[in-house]
Amino acid sequence: MKHLKAINRKAHRIEDYIASEYGDVFALQQGPPPQQRPHYPMGCSLVFQPGWEVDATGGTAGLCQPVERDLYDCYISCFWPAQVPDHINNYPDWTSKCASATKDWRNIDLVFP
Amino acid sequence: MNSYRLGEFHQFCGGGQEYLYLVPSGAIFALNDLTSAIIKRLDEDNRTQVELVSDLTARGFAGTDIEEAIEELHQSHAIATGKGFSTEVQKAPMPFPLQTLVLNVTNQCNLSCKYCYEFGEDRVATPEGKPKFMSEETARNAVDFLLANSPGRRSVHLTFFGGETLMNFKVVRSTIEYAREQAHAAGKYVDFSLTTNATLLTPPVIEYLAENHVGVTISIDGPKELNDTFRVFSNGKGSYEIIVPKVKELLAKHKSRPIGARVTLTSQVVDVKRIYRHLKDEIGFYEVGFAPVTTSPVRLYAIGNNGLNNVLEQFTELAYEYLDYALRDEHHGFSNVSDTLQELHAGISKAHPCGAGLGLLGVGPSGDIAPCHRFVDSDAHKLGHISNGIDRATQAEFLERGHIERKIECHTCWARPVCSGGCYHEAYVRYGDTGHANLHYCDWIRGWTHVCLQIYGEIAARNPKFLGHFDERKAI
Repeated sequence: MKHLKAINRKAHRIEDYIASEYGDVFALQQGPPPQQRPHYPMGCSLVFQPGWEVDATGGTAGLCQPVERDLYDCYISCFWPAQVPDHINNYPDWTSKCASATKDWRNIDLVFP
Repeated sequence: MNSYRLGEFHQFCGGGQEYLYLVPSGAIFALNDLTSAIIKRLDEDNRTQVELVSDLTARGFAGTDIEEAIEELHQSHAIATGKGFSTEVQKAPMPFPLQTLVLNVTNQCNLSCKYCYEFGEDRVATPEGKPKFMSEETARNAVDFLLANSPGRRSVHLTFFGGETLMNFKVVRSTIEYAREQAHAAGKYVDFSLTTNATLLTPPVIEYLAENHVGVTISIDGPKELNDTFRVFSNGKGSYEIIVPKVKELLAKHKSRPIGARVTLTSQVVDVKRIYRHLKDEIGFYEVGFAPVTTSPVRLYAIGNNGLNNVLEQFTELAYEYLDYALRDEHHGFSNVSDTLQELHAGISKAHPCGAGLGLLGVGPSGDIAPCHRFVDSDAHKLGHISNGIDRATQAEFLERGHIERKIECHTCWARPVCSGGCYHEAYVRYGDTGHANLHYCDWIRGWTHVCLQIYGEIAARNPKFLGHFDERKAI
């Protein structure tokens, strides 16, 4: 909650309840947003990466990296034409408006091959 | 479009911060400028979302913020639309696991306190023809009963009470030993406490209580002339001179549990601050709790409305002293404040005023089961016998009678989450019905809860880490 601050224990329980009942979009990482860094792709689906699809509890709340990262894993390090455009020859500027995948993924160009 | 109106809450300030105490949830939220402005607007008149947005954007708030704030207030039930919210109260799961058993090990007493509910004009007990002292066998059966009827609880509590508890110390001691063995065998932990008038505290008794970590509460009403107004022997002689040296010895030797004093206020004994100073600073109790005498309003010692207002003023002064201590992270022994703050911090919302007949039961010397120690030996309130257990139908009837749903007068009161109509015994003495709301002290309860909310709010604003003390549940 932004405008009401839970003070006692019951208020915290109500806050949690409201978040679970009414919340529609959840950030995948807890805590403050991480500092923006260059995107280094980290493997792809052929590589076993714990925390990629599900977290230790079988949910998605505690993934070690955001799902948007999928885009880059299929784009720079491991081009996979079925999922993302080819950045080597035909669409080198596909992500030029997207400085941060988690924040700016909506700015990625639409591509109609 | 539906218009918004105020939900049910009590608004208060503490440390310059505005808060809402939501009813019936018992949640406490801090307001910011925007939520405070919305509440203020709706206090004037009902308004639709569009009206609120246009009113408040004119005051410089951003439209999206206003919409968010309205949504938060609505989701937490601080504001409502249409018919409002359903507030169906959940019934307690039955059979309810026992947590505390109060053993009245005797109904005899060596004092003749003039206001005593056990012997005085307002007594509910009918002890004629029943045993005066609890036998070892009955006490053992009571322990077995407690352990068998507390499924799912790892820790249970046994309290010894009277009459004067120490007049049957032999049974207290053997019961503690038996309870330890049986609890150990059942994989449970049991702890002990007792209340005494201190007249029979001797060095071996004190040593035993200290070694066995038995919590002790001493009934004492303050300095000599106040204590001796009512707390007298049968010959009329005051008890102060006898008990104070014994209490001091207890306080010096019994360090394994904090020792508390329990003061009964009457029309003649209302000097709360003086009593507190004497018991805390001069005698050395860890904490001091006060309760107005339970009695019919016609008794000379009953505290009338003016007296209660006076008590509230003195409670308030002492409560603000507690606040100063809390802001310095220091312990203050006014337990009426710490008990209320504990309940406010948890945000409890009671369907029943207390655990009597639910997680707590009283057992009389005869083995009769009562809702609590105050109803022990009363035939009209018997809930069963230790030998054949709780009469579930009588218990259900008692609980239904005392449920908040039945107390219509309470349904519009913002203090009902903490009060829930008040003490069953007090209600029975005043109105002849355990399920009657204690209407004679409504203003007192609201006044006191408001004071404690302000203190809670100020601690939350200025020294929030102090509230961590209330996270651990205090033993009963």
